[in-house]
Amino acid sequence: MQWQFWIIQTLNSVAFGGLLFLLSSGFSLIFGLMRIPNLAHGAFFMLGAYFGYSLLARGGNFWLVALVAGLGVGLLGIALERFVLRQISGNEQGQVLVTLGVSFIIADICLLAWTGDPMPLPAPQALRRPLIIAGYAFPTYRLVVLVIALVAAVGLYFLMERTRIGAMIRAGVDDMEMARGVGIPVSRLFTLVFLLGSTLAGIGGVLGGPILNAYPGLDADMLPLALIVVILGGAGSLLGAFVGSFAVGFLYNFGIALAPDLAYFVLFLPMVLVLVFLPQGLFGRVQL
Amino acid sequence: MTNFATDALDIAGIDAFYGDSHVLHGVSFTLRPGRLLGLLGRNGAGKTTCMNTIMGFLKPKQGSISLFGEQVGGLAPDTIARKGICLVPQGRRMFRSLTVRENLMVAAQRARGPSGGPGWTMDRVFDLFPRLKERHAQVAGSLSGGEQQMLAIGRALMGNPRVLLMDEPSEGLAPQIVAEVGRIIAQLKAEGQSIVLVEQNIKLALELADDVAIINTGVVVHKGDAKAIKLDDAIVSQHLGVF
Repeated sequence: MQWQFWIIQTLNSVAFGGLLFLLSSGFSLIFGLMRIPNLAHGAFFMLGAYFGYSLLARGGNFWLVALVAGLGVGLLGIALERFVLRQISGNEQGQVLVTLGVSFIIADICLLAWTGDPMPLPAPQALRRPLIIAGYAFPTYRLVVLVIALVAAVGLYFLMERTRIGAMIRAGVDDMEMARGVGIPVSRLFTLVFLLGSTLAGIGGVLGGPILNAYPGLDADMLPLALIVVILGGAGSLLGAFVGSFAVGFLYNFGIALAPDLAYFVLFLPMVLVLVFLPQGLFGRVQL
Repeated sequence: MTNFATDALDIAGIDAFYGDSHVLHGVSFTLRPGRLLGLLGRNGAGKTTCMNTIMGFLKPKQGSISLFGEQVGGLAPDTIARKGICLVPQGRRMFRSLTVRENLMVAAQRARGPSGGPGWTMDRVFDLFPRLKERHAQVAGSLSGGEQQMLAIGRALMGNPRVLLMDEPSEGLAPQIVAEVGRIIAQLKAEGQSIVLVEQNIKLALELADDVAIINTGVVVHKGDAKAIKLDDAIVSQHLGVF
């Protein structure tokens, strides 16, 4: 095999890792703080892609569309937290099942609204030309997606590690009851984390559109990947989501490229090993 | 209504359950402003349940809890904390992955009340516990037991408590540290802080307390003056099991 294969696969892996980070950073924060996996998170990603498709078809600017679609999904996330999950707070099993139900509802609505055909999202015009470095062609758009994911990671790091709100969220991850006991308005943090996580998932959906397309089943393809990321990295850990996303990006791409029959094995084996030997994940503090 | 004549904390006829088990049976006691009430009793008597109920971690099935005349029973813990009841919990329960400074920062509430003295700030907490200042950037999970207890006390003070609840602050600490914690509590009391102190260390508790309530299997069996109880061997041996 030529070494160009390795370079391109590596680039694809990190770009996909970046998309996964946009998806799973919010998923992980919600999981760490509220102790529940939001199983509608994959549907949020897909909905972002479909919103993006429709807005782009009306001639919207790509970056503006990503932002608007992301915020649209973010508002939906707030609605899910405030009007559904909060009604059954304390009942974690019920909450998980409700998020699964919501993901089915979203998937059905998408099928109704956007049919069963895959919808391609066009990348921004300026980024469609490959970048030529030393005679080799690199997909410009994927590089830009990677850069955006890195910027998001730095922004989230700043929020979580350098602000009072971030410290409050981490306090809630450490000991939620005690966090309430020192006066931290934990339920407002729930809303904030849901807004943040859903918005990032929606933006991820739009940014992922030109690479993955919007199609029925995109939600079910992405959700397990987010779950693996969080199990590897540890719920509630931003660093864990970051490392886990790129690890899964590599495993997924190289698994499919080198051993397509074993792609899922390659993906799930590390997850099983981590669950057995490090049940809190590599960087996590919450026992799942 | 002025705070002048009101009790700092008035617990009246509290019933509380853990699941199906009935833990507190009509518990009543009052804490007067600026006093220290020792809440004593054997292991499993219901002292920590009492604290958790006052803090709102556990909802009382019956009875009322009032803070300077205002009903707080049944409110959410974060609301209760913002109204001025702050807890030094059993087992310390610091936020392990946060630094010392962050632990204090997230618990900060503005000073309240008309009389309001200088109010607690991070600088004042660091003056009280120079050790915490030295370790301000260290992650709380890596502190020693004594330092963790100081942090738990400092964190409660950052909430500018009108009533400070302390649940076994001497538990599991070396004798010198216990003495230091005792000095700190005496100092807080001298500054006019109203305190409810749960302690297994009866000697320490009776030294610090003005008033005492003794709980046995979820029922208040004795209330009175701390000095009188100290001298009453019958009560001490019957309810507290020290000889």
